[in-house]
Amino acid sequence: MGSSIGKRRLARRAAAVFPAVLATGCTGPQSALDPAGREAETVAHLFWVMTIGGAVIWVAVLALAVYAGGLKRQPVSEAFAFRLIVWCGAAIPTVILAALLVYGLYLMPELRPWTREAAAEPGLKGHVTGEQFWWRVRYDLPEGAVESANEILVPVGRPVHLTLTSPDVIHSFWVPALAGKMDLIPGRTNRITFTATKPGVYRGVCAEFCGESHALMALTVRAVEPEEHARLIAAEARPAAVTAGAGLDLFIAKGCAACHTIRGTPAAGTVGPDLTHVGSRPTLAAATLPNDQAARERFLRHPDAVKPGIRMPAYDMLPPAEIETLARFLGDLT
Amino acid sequence: MFLHGARNETLWPLMGPPTVWALHFAAVYGWAAVACAKATPDDSMFLAARWGIGALTVVALAMIAYAGYRAWQIWGFGRFDPPHAAGTETDRRRFLGFATLLLAGLSAVSVIFVGLPALFIAECTW
Repeated sequence: MGSSIGKRRLARRAAAVFPAVLATGCTGPQSALDPAGREAETVAHLFWVMTIGGAVIWVAVLALAVYAGGLKRQPVSEAFAFRLIVWCGAAIPTVILAALLVYGLYLMPELRPWTREAAAEPGLKGHVTGEQFWWRVRYDLPEGAVESANEILVPVGRPVHLTLTSPDVIHSFWVPALAGKMDLIPGRTNRITFTATKPGVYRGVCAEFCGESHALMALTVRAVEPEEHARLIAAEARPAAVTAGAGLDLFIAKGCAACHTIRGTPAAGTVGPDLTHVGSRPTLAAATLPNDQAARERFLRHPDAVKPGIRMPAYDMLPPAEIETLARFLGDLT
Repeated sequence: MFLHGARNETLWPLMGPPTVWALHFAAVYGWAAVACAKATPDDSMFLAARWGIGALTVVALAMIAYAGYRAWQIWGFGRFDPPHAAGTETDRRRFLGFATLLLAGLSAVSVIFVGLPALFIAECTW
């Protein structure tokens, strides 16, 4: 008895919570249903048109089935059946498919707005390389190229043009809140254009299976007002905040510099992510860990435990004091 | 190919409209691919392909319309109801006419769908 009341209460509570869970699933930093960019708005609009249209047709077909199976007892005439097949089986589907095709084709310039006019006047140009399992980001500024990783700073209201490629396997660049997907293909350069309409921090992911840590290959896109963007990009272009000290000495002595660059220091490796301003990024290891001291230490000790298949070797042979120094040094690289 | 035999019925006219659809499809895909592979900065190749695809689509639709009209005629302009299932020469002719007419309708819709992108897509770079 008690358990049945408990079950009922549980069911009632679930009924109350479930729609809320569904609704929160639709918002947030990584949702195509909560668009914050022009292209994503188009995609979301297309989604709602298709969903509502499909629902209307589904209800109509079910209603017809209920009517034919349960309510209407007399058989219909052959002429009526013929008309039903011609109209509902051929004419109406053809018209609906034609309308959807025209609508989809009409949206193409909206979804891939790489027109000459827009290309001539982008708010930001950049190059993104998908690598197992992180994103190499290069800002192509008038003053020169600036390299970063796993975070893209974009200006609100200005078109952003990215060229995309990959040195290893096929990846796919997808920031659901800002735009549709675009593949990064070895030996080929693809392009994507998007315009953020709302300031915020959005999460992007790799949307094409690329190996063990595919699901841990994410990135952060920060959309800020153009003046703020100019300031952040200028900061990004500067050399590192710390260019001497025990941390840097360890970084060089332990071989980190063979793979990582810290501009303004002798560290100039290009295998792994650029760490010049790693301390200013909100996340670590391609948006997998929070960027705090504990996470940095854990990652240095066992990168393969955080990201299986990663090319970075484990540094668990270093004494804890050295790991701590290195992690603190990386955090200071703002 | 589109002509129905005077007396002895043949299956060839039935294949007319789908054949036009197939040829149109291959020509449109081939032309667009070649034009994009050889794209020049002034886009003249692609512009030519867009107009060419438009012209091909009009020609294909005209051929299908002709085949469809002939089939409609053979069927008897809708004066006789299907299914034309009797084992007589008249019914065989009407059945083939009716089937060809339906295939002409399907082929016409498909040719339009295949040709439509040329109307909207203005660049190769996508």
